[in-house]
This record gives sequence, C-alpha cells and structure tokens, in this order.
Amino acid sequence: MATMVAVADGIFSIDNGSPTLLGSRCTNCGNHMFPRQSGCPKCMFNTQEDVELATTGTLWTWTVQAFPPKAPPYLGPIGDDFVPYGVGYVELDGQIRVEGRLTESDPAKLVIGMEMELVLEHLGVDDDGNDVVTYAFAPVASTGTIEGAAS
Amino acid sequence: MSNVAIVGIGMHEFGRNDGISGMDQGVVAVRRALADCGQQWSDMQFAVGGSMDGGAADTMVSRVGLTGLPFTNVVNGCATGGTALAQAVNTIESGAADIGMAIGFDKHEPGSFRIKGPRGKDWYGGSGLALTTQFFGMKITRYMHEYGITQASLAKVASKAFRNGALNPMAWRRKPLSEQEVLDSLMLSYPLTQYMFCSPGEGGVAMILCRADKAKEYTDRPIYLQAAAVRTRKFGSFEVLAPSIAIEHDPGPTSAASKAAFEMAGIGPRDIDVAQLQDTEAGAEIMHMAENGFCEHGEQEHMLANGETEINGRLPVNTDGGCLANGEPIGASGLRQVYENVLQLRGDAGERQVPNDPKVAYTHVYGAPGISGVTILSR
Repeated sequence: MATMVAVADGIFSIDNGSPTLLGSRCTNCGNHMFPRQSGCPKCMFNTQEDVELATTGTLWTWTVQAFPPKAPPYLGPIGDDFVPYGVGYVELDGQIRVEGRLTESDPAKLVIGMEMELVLEHLGVDDDGNDVVTYAFAPVASTGTIEGAAS
Repeated sequence: MSNVAIVGIGMHEFGRNDGISGMDQGVVAVRRALADCGQQWSDMQFAVGGSMDGGAADTMVSRVGLTGLPFTNVVNGCATGGTALAQAVNTIESGAADIGMAIGFDKHEPGSFRIKGPRGKDWYGGSGLALTTQFFGMKITRYMHEYGITQASLAKVASKAFRNGALNPMAWRRKPLSEQEVLDSLMLSYPLTQYMFCSPGEGGVAMILCRADKAKEYTDRPIYLQAAAVRTRKFGSFEVLAPSIAIEHDPGPTSAASKAAFEMAGIGPRDIDVAQLQDTEAGAEIMHMAENGFCEHGEQEHMLANGETEINGRLPVNTDGGCLANGEPIGASGLRQVYENVLQLRGDAGERQVPNDPKVAYTHVYGAPGISGVTILSR
C-alpha cells in the first residue's frame, strides 16, 4: 500500500489516520494563528508557543469549487477527472476560523452553523508513488478515518 | 479646493487584445493622456506606474522617451492603480513636482489567476485553496446569510453591468445579458455564476496630474482630487487568500479607506453624485455599497429593486460597466474607475452620461491581500 504523506510539513500532523492542525498561540494576548507563525498580528508581541488546534467546530461560511483549479499549483485531479469540492471556514470554538476543503460539495447539504470535524482527504499520488493527503472538514456523523494510515 | 488636479486622461481599450503587449497598451494610454491636454512626455516631471503581469512599468521610457524623469514602480494587487494615483497625488502635494503621470496597464492569461505559493511545498495551492473566486463566494454567502441579500439581486447587479458596458466603447463585454441569462450561466463558485464574475483581462490607463493652481494652464476643464486614500487590513477583517481569520470582527480596509477619504474631502456619502465601486463579482458591488457608507447593510436589496444604482438612479454605480463588463487588468483597473469619473464630471460620458449634472464622484478599488483605495473627485 502506498505511503501516506502530508501535502507539506508543519501544517497538520497525522495520528492513526486522523489529522490535527498545527497552530500558534500568542503568549501575551492568547491570539491563535494558523499556520504557525512568529509575530502576533493582534498585539504585535513576538512570543508564540506551538499548539494543536481543536479538531471540531462550526461552519462559518462556504462555497463550492466547481471548476478545476490551475495545475500547478493544484495537486488534485484535473480535466475530466476533476471532482467539485466544498471550501469553507470552520470556527474552532474560542480559537480561530480555519479555511479548508469540505468533504461535502452539495449546496443543499451545507448550512452555516453546522457541526464539522477535521479529517484527511486524498489529493493525488506524487512522483515517488506516495499518497498525498491534505486536511478537510466533514459534517459530523458522516465521516471516519482513512484506512491504513501511516502516522 | 484641493491641491491637485487631473488635467489629462488616456485609455487603451479593455478586453482581450491580441497582438499587443500589456506595456504597449500602457504606452497607448500615455500618448492619449498627453494628447488630451496638449502636453509632451518631456513635460512630465515624474511618473508612477504599475502592472502585475505586463512587466516593470518604468521600462516603457525606452519607447515614450528617455527624459531622465524619476519613475516609480508600484505593485499593490488589485489596488495597484489606486496606489499609483495616491503616490502621484502625494508627490505633487509634497511640492516635489508640479506635474506628472500615473500609469497602469496589464495583460493576464485567460481564466482564474494562478496564485503562486512560497518556494517549496505549496500546501495552500496544492490543496486547491489558492483561488480568489472562492473568497468571493464565501464572503457573499456569509453576507446573504446575515443580511438577507438574495441571488436575484446578484443577477440584477451583473445585468446592469453588461447593460452599461454596452454603452461604453472602451468596454470588453458589450452585449447586454438578462438577469435570467446571468442566473442560468455556469455555476463557478456557489452562489456566483460565470456572468457574475469579472475576468482577468487587458488594458491600460494613464492620467496627468498637476498642482491645482496651475491646472487651467493645461485644460479649461480640470477635475480636482478632493481625496485619495489607501488602507490595508486590520486584525479581524475577512480577506482574500487567508488560510485563517480571527473570530474578532473588523469592518475591513474598504470602510477604513472610505472614512479617511470622506474626512479628507470634508463631505459625506450623500454628497456623491456617481460612484465606481470594486465589482470583482456581483456580490462585491453589493457589499461595497455598504462598506463605503452609501447605505446600511441589507438596504441594497430594495435599492436594487428600485433601480437606485442605475445610470438614471439616485446613486449611479459602475456607469462604465465596472470590472464585470471591462474585465480586470490589475494594474489598470483602479485608474479605469477614475477615468470614468473624469468623463462623467466633464459631461463627456456619451450615451452613459449620468443625467444628474454630477459635481462629486467616488471611486473604490479593492484587492489582495486586503487593500482598498478610494478617491473623491470634483469639478
């Protein structure tokens, strides 16, 4: 079975097929940031600590990507193999709103305020035959973990 | 009265212009602006220019004349043209020069903008998130949810743009489209269809600015800059190409630039006779009506139903067809809006001339990663 690799290092970790987003928290004002960065845009202090962000939240807004993005940079299937996907911001309670793909792309099934949880999503296969994955948000109660995930 | 005047304007037709480079479209605009006020390139004491995909603006001197003038390149996303103008205004207001030019041009490949990530692994673009269209779909989805704007209103805005564009000989898309045709076109980024979006395009605009007290030496119809303000985003604003946003809310750079411009000019939104507002897509025009202070959030629904933003309405908006009918050559787009307002204030807008004898006109440009530029012009 192909080895699962994250689309890039430092964005999310994978444990037992489940992702966790890697963020920063300002030690001065408590502001959360994603992806990790130094320097707080809120209070301008430069002391941050690494934190893992919440893996559940509520859908703040959304759209559906109905046409294939240009490749590069897109790593997912294009042309006739393209599959529309949802995109949204999910509000992680008391932390931050994170943008991500949504596993649901039917406008009739996407509602602002619905409960969402973080999952992994396959993008494609890289030159070395690895299975490239990114993170996505799925409506709660319709998801599971990806089988055979390497941590 | 302000300290700076616009005395000459020039434009190269917007659209898909095969066989001519972006910079050459800028050169055409420069020559037309010089002709508009009877000046020579050698009369220009400085220039400020910008382009995203058309090359470094200052290299055009090899074609228009190696006069040795200081020429500053600016790049500021979709607000490039607005920033070039603001820099030109500041140069004259500082006393560093009496007369100079602001220039913008561009030429983009067809389709959505290809947003390049940082070197190395581009997780954002790789994951399919680096599309400006997604932001516009998500911002209007949230706005419709909060303020009760309908998809029918989005279609009304797009249909108005193409109706106005049909009256504009410089516009790209000059075929009127009904609201139903707009709604029935391809869904690109829900709830926005193909004809609700502008397209990256081509074109060039140039304008000559000078000290207000010398304006009559160059033209008998000077247009005065009452304000030119550029602002970037603050913490908590919702902007394009953002992997995350704060839960705290800020009204964004458009509100900030608008407030600053009205303060500079010493007037308010009720004093504006015609407005050009960034309409990257139909929803943006609606949201920007409120962000610029022309109405409360949610009031747009009945304003559009009543035709208040039509050419013959109470507050005509995007009289030249806006980005929707003209396309968006990044470097030139903000200056196109100013060009249109100069025509309207001169009474030279032809078939699309607003009938309210306009005396004060407003432009607003918005771009990544959260920049807005506003100008207020008067006769």
